[in-house]
Amino acid sequence: MRTPSSPPPPGPLLNVVGVSKSLGGKLLLDRVSLSLNRGELKVLIGPSGGGKSTLLQCIHFLLAPDEGDVFLDGVSAREMGKKNIRSFRQEIGMIFQDFNLFDHLSAQNNVAIALRRVKKIPKKEALERARLELRRVGLSGKEELYPAQLSGGQKQRVSIARALAMDPKIMLLDEPTSALDPELIGEVLNVIQDLSEGGMTMLMVTHQVGFASHLTEEILFMENGRITESGPPALLLGEASRSRTYEFCSKFMEISGRDPAAARPSSK
Amino acid sequence: MPMGTFDFYANVLIPALNHGLWISVKIIVPSSLLGIAIGILVGAGRALGNAWLTRVLNAYVALFRGTPLVVQLMMWFYGLPSLSLWLEKNFGPGAAPVADLFRLSPYAASVIAFAMCSGAYQSEYIRGALLSIKRGQFLAALSLGFTKSQAFWSVTLPVALRRALPGCGNEIVYLIKYSSLAMLVTMNELTGETKAIASLYFRHLECYLLTALYYLALVTLATVFLRRLEKALSVPGERID
Repeated sequence: MRTPSSPPPPGPLLNVVGVSKSLGGKLLLDRVSLSLNRGELKVLIGPSGGGKSTLLQCIHFLLAPDEGDVFLDGVSAREMGKKNIRSFRQEIGMIFQDFNLFDHLSAQNNVAIALRRVKKIPKKEALERARLELRRVGLSGKEELYPAQLSGGQKQRVSIARALAMDPKIMLLDEPTSALDPELIGEVLNVIQDLSEGGMTMLMVTHQVGFASHLTEEILFMENGRITESGPPALLLGEASRSRTYEFCSKFMEISGRDPAAARPSSK
Repeated sequence: MPMGTFDFYANVLIPALNHGLWISVKIIVPSSLLGIAIGILVGAGRALGNAWLTRVLNAYVALFRGTPLVVQLMMWFYGLPSLSLWLEKNFGPGAAPVADLFRLSPYAASVIAFAMCSGAYQSEYIRGALLSIKRGQFLAALSLGFTKSQAFWSVTLPVALRRALPGCGNEIVYLIKYSSLAMLVTMNELTGETKAIASLYFRHLECYLLTALYYLALVTLATVFLRRLEKALSVPGERID
């Protein structure tokens, strides 16, 4: 935990350097590099199978990259070694497309269990912290409900609370709204927007181009295991850009009948 | 030896069956608990272990599911002592401590045989349940900083055990009934007692009918208990039928 007397080291908070990964003889990530500054939100878009989820898992070292390294606050994940990689992971919050809540635990215990098992916080304190985090994502009063009793949007908010409780330095979000019914997407996006405005550093895979372009300074387009385009949304999503990003996003927008450049997030 | 029906029931059959019942329970309870413990370890090893471990455990399951339980029981009780003799013959009296291990009492042979066989079946239910759980919950636990074994014990296994419970309960019901095989290795459990009395008094129909009722009561009791356990462990919002 950083104290105010020790200023954060200069440079980006997250630095991904030349990460490659092959699985089953297929090259999924091909020397991917990117960096995020403190408080920054970057959006990763691109076709499925392009390597986005693999990249997030490699940043988290849930999948060890074959080559390259990930630095968080200047600390190399590779140098942490197998034993200490868990403390590296604790500092990175991960949000999954299908929530991955623990089925057998109530919302409150879903949030509290990692505090107890990993951070060794006493039960009472952990539950109190869990209650606070659930309130933060608008789920006061739902503490005792189990995943099977929650809507998709509520489940995703529990999973966000679960990640936040670990005080991560950065959050990785892997299509957090893709498994949700359209009317439930807004409540999750609102939480993400609040987090971003509160200064949380985030890397988010999403197809919500409109929402993303409103919040982010930079869109990264990923295809065939590489980041092939990057730039501010206004530039990449302009029709004049003739970018692969525009071409890809316009296919999404055709469905909703909107122009990607004009896309704006749903009102709060 | 003329004897009234009431006398026969009150003073011969029922006391004998009650004695047998007690022996049966003493066989069934430890074998089923051991069987579940073996099932969890073997099932987990088969679902999550490396290739070699999986191979060894698969061989265990194939052997114990693939041969008659009677044959296994005979091996444990009558077969193993031959090994003791062979050891002592070839390695002299020094081998006695090891050789003695292979001379099982009828009770030990029964419990080991039933637990090993039951464990093989239980591991199938546990393995299936473990594989049915999406890897996502395990990944989520790792992403929060759990170790792999923490993630297994506090996330994957609790969910899997709930799913495996109906199958495991079924296996326990089987075990209650196949515990009767213990009479073949001289155990005077429920069926053994019945056979002795029935032959002595030549009242087979009554004796076996009453014994059947005893087993039925045991199974019913176990079923009720397992149902309660399932209910108590069920997760709100998830259906159990």
